[in-house]
Amino acid sequence: MLIIKDLQASIEDKQILKGINLTVKPGEVHAIMGPNGSGKSTLSAVLTGNPAYTVTGGSVEFYGKDLLALSPEDRAHEGLFLSFQYPVEIPGVSMVNFMRTALNEKRKYFGQEPLSAADFLKLMREKRTIVQLDNKLASRAVNEGFSGGEKKRNEIFQMAMLEPKLSILDETDSGLDIDALRVVANGVNTLKSKDNATIVITHYQRLLDYIKPDFVHVLYKGRIVMSAGPELALELEEKGYDWIKEQVDSQQ
Amino acid sequence: MNALKQYIDLYDESREAIEQQSPALLNNLRRVAREHLETARLPRKGSEDYEATDLEAVFAHDYGVNVNRLPFDADPAEAFHCDVPNMSTCLYYSSNDAFHSSPTAERNIGQVVVEPFSMAAVDYPELMNAYYGQLARMTDPTVALNTLLVQDGLFIYVPDGVVAERPIQLVNIFNAALDMMVQRRLLIVVGKNASIKLLACDHTQSPDYHYLNNQVVEIVAMQGSTIDYYDMEESTPLTRRVSSIYVDQHEGSNVLIDGITLINGFTRNNYHVEVNGEHAETRLLGMTIASGEQHVDSHTFISHNAPRCHSNEMFKYVLNDSAVGAFAGKILVKPDCPRVEAYQGNRNICGAPTAKMYTKPQLEIYTDDVMCSHGSAVGQLDEDALFYMRTRGIGIDEARRLLMQAFVADVIDGVRLDALKDRLHYLVEKRFAGTLSNCSSCMAACRKN
Repeated sequence: MLIIKDLQASIEDKQILKGINLTVKPGEVHAIMGPNGSGKSTLSAVLTGNPAYTVTGGSVEFYGKDLLALSPEDRAHEGLFLSFQYPVEIPGVSMVNFMRTALNEKRKYFGQEPLSAADFLKLMREKRTIVQLDNKLASRAVNEGFSGGEKKRNEIFQMAMLEPKLSILDETDSGLDIDALRVVANGVNTLKSKDNATIVITHYQRLLDYIKPDFVHVLYKGRIVMSAGPELALELEEKGYDWIKEQVDSQQ
Repeated sequence: MNALKQYIDLYDESREAIEQQSPALLNNLRRVAREHLETARLPRKGSEDYEATDLEAVFAHDYGVNVNRLPFDADPAEAFHCDVPNMSTCLYYSSNDAFHSSPTAERNIGQVVVEPFSMAAVDYPELMNAYYGQLARMTDPTVALNTLLVQDGLFIYVPDGVVAERPIQLVNIFNAALDMMVQRRLLIVVGKNASIKLLACDHTQSPDYHYLNNQVVEIVAMQGSTIDYYDMEESTPLTRRVSSIYVDQHEGSNVLIDGITLINGFTRNNYHVEVNGEHAETRLLGMTIASGEQHVDSHTFISHNAPRCHSNEMFKYVLNDSAVGAFAGKILVKPDCPRVEAYQGNRNICGAPTAKMYTKPQLEIYTDDVMCSHGSAVGQLDEDALFYMRTRGIGIDEARRLLMQAFVADVIDGVRLDALKDRLHYLVEKRFAGTLSNCSSCMAACRKN
């Protein structure tokens, strides 16, 4: 579904991604790990079309379409979802209004009629239970005054509502206590199917205990320098990144 | 150039006609107004408190003045009916400069007095004489001009202890088939422990003519009274409005004034509040949504003349295209007024690089033991929030609309009239969606449509 070839990107003339190659197929879970500043969050920002970043080379194909040519909202309609590391608070915009607008924009994109208020609320209720999101949160402004855990659960709730084909979870485990981590991971696993795929960006093996990856990639200095099965995550947990850094730096 | 001169000349020529068709108490003040105008000049752009606004240019246009009180419309109550859902108001109209009541006006009968000055001068001469022209300052040439030419007005009186059950709604309509200036004038007297909610809506029916509403409102809030005054404008690019609201607050009174501009041409709103009694509360709210070449300028002055009072003002502007907004607010705390709390906020969004906002907050404090603050900010829509919404599939235009709506939401939520609050959320949504037409937003929908 996703084919990234030699992707290069910069922010304010600073080159962050220096040639990423990655292919994701339906049903797969990919974990992307790597030391701080290696470009993990940049990759998710570039894939979702954050205007702060400039793509300087390479290509991204998503179900045969040139992803980089699409606006962020059209990427969402086509089935791309990002769970933010730091979900944004939007005072004054209620979760209900926000989600209804998002769903109806997607339906409009595919030439469908807007969802009726009753059907929409039913859907909200149904999806809320997946991440045990309190009804009170759903009626409040988007992320405003939410705790760290509630914000992350809210991200997965939105993912459940939008039913994306490819979800990128950007450090979804950061700021979560153990119980919240389990709830969030269960939510992700519930939504998993043979038709959708997940890219998990994380620093820790802990999340991967719950969301089992098929592949683990190590991002370093804007490139994927190592790819392997889930056992790589365990090895990193034990040995850290230094041995990979040395290996890569000595080759250069 | 002196734009005032044409109106002074008109007065001198038509004095007899003007006075014959007005109650005597209006005529008594004309002489004073005439004296003030002798040496007065309308402020030009750049004068003190007029950093963005040129009143001279606004009044220089050759407007018609209906000196002989010719009727324009037989009865606007016939042509309009109230269209605010769930809000059962007592409805009154002013068509250009003439007042009309509607059958719904009888709902408050026996409680609240709403009469044109011509009637009130006969029915309530003591009140009219005691309060007419007492608060408004003739040092402001627009107030002097109003006083010089005004021939009728609306008197609203809530007797002591009366709590008006239904809100009073006054729909002001411009519908003359010629360029025209009117002097609207309101005198509102709310007795001890009495309470009333008022909604004034300014509308313009014809987009083709230049209209100027030069308005003066005087509000007396007696001891322990509660007053809500909502003042909404939804007019046309050729409509100009200069409005001055003067408030006198006695002990323990609670006054909310909310100025809302949805669509207009040129607007200058002055709010002048004298807090004269202890434990009085003042809430000033303002919301402006402007696009195209709209110009909205608000000037507030709250003078705390008594201890232990509380005032709070918040004005928000959303400016797009080449719209110009201005806000100048001053809070004065006089000597020997301890324990005053006074807050002022002005927050603005410039949604386009060509939109302009001028803002000037001022505090002047002569007592030690007070809590006062002011804050003023001009910015753009939050880029992070926009991107977040786009990743959820909300298009950029829709995302901008939601953020702009959210920005003004708290000002709308300050409205203490639920039906109006809901209606405003709806109108603002339509306004940002660009589907607000003269008819749909009009609270007095035309029966013909």
